[in-house]
Formats: sequence, structure tokens, C-alpha cells
Amino acid sequence: MTEKKKLRVVHYLNQFFGQIGGEEMAGAKPLVKPGPVGPGLALQQALGDAGEVVATVACGDNYVGDNLDQARLEILELIKQQNPDALVAGPAFNAGRYGMACGMIGQAVTEELSLPVVTGMYKENPGVEIYRKNLYIIGTEDSARGMKEAISAMVALLQKLVRGAQIGAPEQEGYLPRGIRVNVFAEENGAQRAVQMLIAKLNDKHYTTELPMPDFDRVTPNAPVTAMSKAKVALVTSGGIVPKGNPDRIESSSASKYGKYSLADFNDLTPDTHETAHGGYDPVYANQDPDRVLPLDVMQELVKEGIVGSLHPYHYATVGNGTSVANAAKYGAAIATDLRSSGVDAVILTST
Amino acid sequence: MCTIVPISLTVGANRIVPAVAIPHPLGNPELPSTEEKALRKALVEKALKALQTEVNGQTVFN
Repeated sequence: MTEKKKLRVVHYLNQFFGQIGGEEMAGAKPLVKPGPVGPGLALQQALGDAGEVVATVACGDNYVGDNLDQARLEILELIKQQNPDALVAGPAFNAGRYGMACGMIGQAVTEELSLPVVTGMYKENPGVEIYRKNLYIIGTEDSARGMKEAISAMVALLQKLVRGAQIGAPEQEGYLPRGIRVNVFAEENGAQRAVQMLIAKLNDKHYTTELPMPDFDRVTPNAPVTAMSKAKVALVTSGGIVPKGNPDRIESSSASKYGKYSLADFNDLTPDTHETAHGGYDPVYANQDPDRVLPLDVMQELVKEGIVGSLHPYHYATVGNGTSVANAAKYGAAIATDLRSSGVDAVILTST
Repeated sequence: MCTIVPISLTVGANRIVPAVAIPHPLGNPELPSTEEKALRKALVEKALKALQTEVNGQTVFN
């Protein structure tokens, strides 16, 4: 009879759960303790005979936060030395710095050691938003009250990952949605399901949407421009207006990038100089006269007339069609940084 | 400046100027070109006015 090999599990904890100390030890460098520590005891119990918590790697949350690259390297090395089969990180509950550390270490172990990783966090932990796409994060309570349930769900999922079993939907397995779409066969077609949902909604009954809307930001409006005749204004568009030939090959749908293009030589956009890269709407009108989407011709007139101080000599363009909110926000932030460093006072953003 | 105002409201834009149509938000191919350009200029001037207006929350400039 051959004995089934026990899974070698390394457990990552912060200074508090790793029993180094409290907040005063948040700057502690990473260290290894043999076997399970603190929540590791529950982890060992849940693993039973299937696995062994061979070591605990613990580190202060501030040390990780203040020395990201260095801490990543050091912790990864300590984990690697244990020759593990899998990593469990946390759970971090609603502790933000701890969640970020679990996410970063988890991602590093996934990418560089190609090992299965499970962590656990409360849904509003900032680590969730950053690492949910790369990691299995079990949804937990907001405090250590929920330790037992969290560890139990983390171990169940870890064992599936180790076996290479198919991972079910987030609500079945208890992890936070990763934004992955999977094709499934449904008993009833979409129209039937939609009508049933509508009827349930009209009757104030419970229903589950098949396409939850993302949470959108709300931002405080900026103060108005006080002297437009002195202001530098920029043009930005999600309508896909790019130089003829689309030099950056911005995709017609689900754009993976934005482009920055010089306007210095143009007073008017024409079919010879510009076109739209945007799919999903009839491009004929935008291609005939790209000013219909990016109003350069009238902006240049308004500058000449002294109504607008100056025009930022570049425009920025991406394609809104099917582009994810997360990517759009990323492009927006990068464009805003560039505009700020160029001293732009105001932006006209056009969308199709 | 956008055609589908409810989308701009959903994504959180604060100063919104409704535009003409999805494939030509700042133009109208049915108009003679001088009139079309005048329409575009009027819309951009409305956007400039919106930028110079104090707002406390999401505002649509009709």
C-alpha cells in the first residue's frame, strides 16, 4: 500500500496573526516559524490528513507596504525554501494593509512559483479590488469572528485547486467574483428568464440578475474655469478618432489602449488625415468628417477668436465600444496625469 | 458631450452636454456644411459655458 503524499502547505500571516506583535511590530521583516501558528492551527485541523502546514511565513504589514518590491522578493524566497505545494494567505478580513499583502504575495506565488493559492478577505477590503482577477479570494466576515467559516471554505477550494478539479461559480465555492465569464447551458432561453425576472421584480419577489452592473465612481465636480480666454483646453474622445491608418491599432471593440496624437499641424480633420477606429456604430459619418466626433475645426476657430486661450496640441482617443469600466478608468487616469503635467485647465470629452 | 445622456449619468460625468446622434455627435450630415459647422460650434460653445458654470452635482446642460 502506498501512502498518499501529504500536501505541503505554507501559511502567510501578518505580524499580529503570526504572533510577532501588535501594531508596534508592523515594521517587522519577514520571518519563518516552523509549523502552524495562530489561525494556522485551524488551517491544520481543516486540512486533516490531506496536508501539513509545514511553515508559517509572517511579516509586518507596514514592512510590506513600505518596501513592496523588496518584501515581495524576500517573502517569496522564504516561501520557496519550504518547497511547498500550495500557499494559504490570511484570511485578512477587513484589514486593508494585510489584504494588500496577502494579495501581493498570493499573486507572486501564483506567477513565479506556479502554485495554487487561496486567500480570504472581506468584500470591501481594498485588496479585493486589486487582486480579485488574479487570485481566488474567499469572501469572509469583516473580522476574525468569521475565522472558522473562512478557513473551512479556503481549504475546500484549495483542495479542489490542488486536484485540478473544475472550480464552480463564485457563489458555489465562496470566492469573490473574478470577472470571468463561463458558457453554461440553461434550461430556459434568455427571453423566458428575463420575463420571469421582470415578473418577480413587479411582484417585489427575489430574483438574481445574470449581469450585475459594475459600481461606478461618483466624483465631486471640479470648480468652474474662471477665465476661458486664458485657459488651455484639451480634446479627448472615446469615439475612436485616430490618424488615418490607426497607427496604434486601437481595437474596434474592447480597446486595450488609448492613443495620444499631435494636433499641431491641423486646423480641420479630413478623410485624408483621420478616421475612426470605433466599431459598433456606422463609421461612415465620422470617416467623412472626423470633426463630427472630435470638433477640432471649431476649437481652432474659438482659439483664433480669443474665446479659448489655447488648445492642448495633442488629442487622446480610445474606443468606448465594449471597453471594460476598469480599463476605461485606467486610461482616464493616465490621460488625466498627462493633461495635468501639460498644464491643461479644462477638457472637452466627446463620446459616440 | 454625448448622445446617450443616461450612460453619462450612470458613469458619473458631472457636466453633460447632449449631442446630436451616436455616429455624429457633433455634426449632422443632412445639413449643408456651413450650417453643420455652425451647429458644431454652438454645441462646443455650450460645453465651454458648462465648464465655466459652478455645479454641485451631475448636471445636464440642455
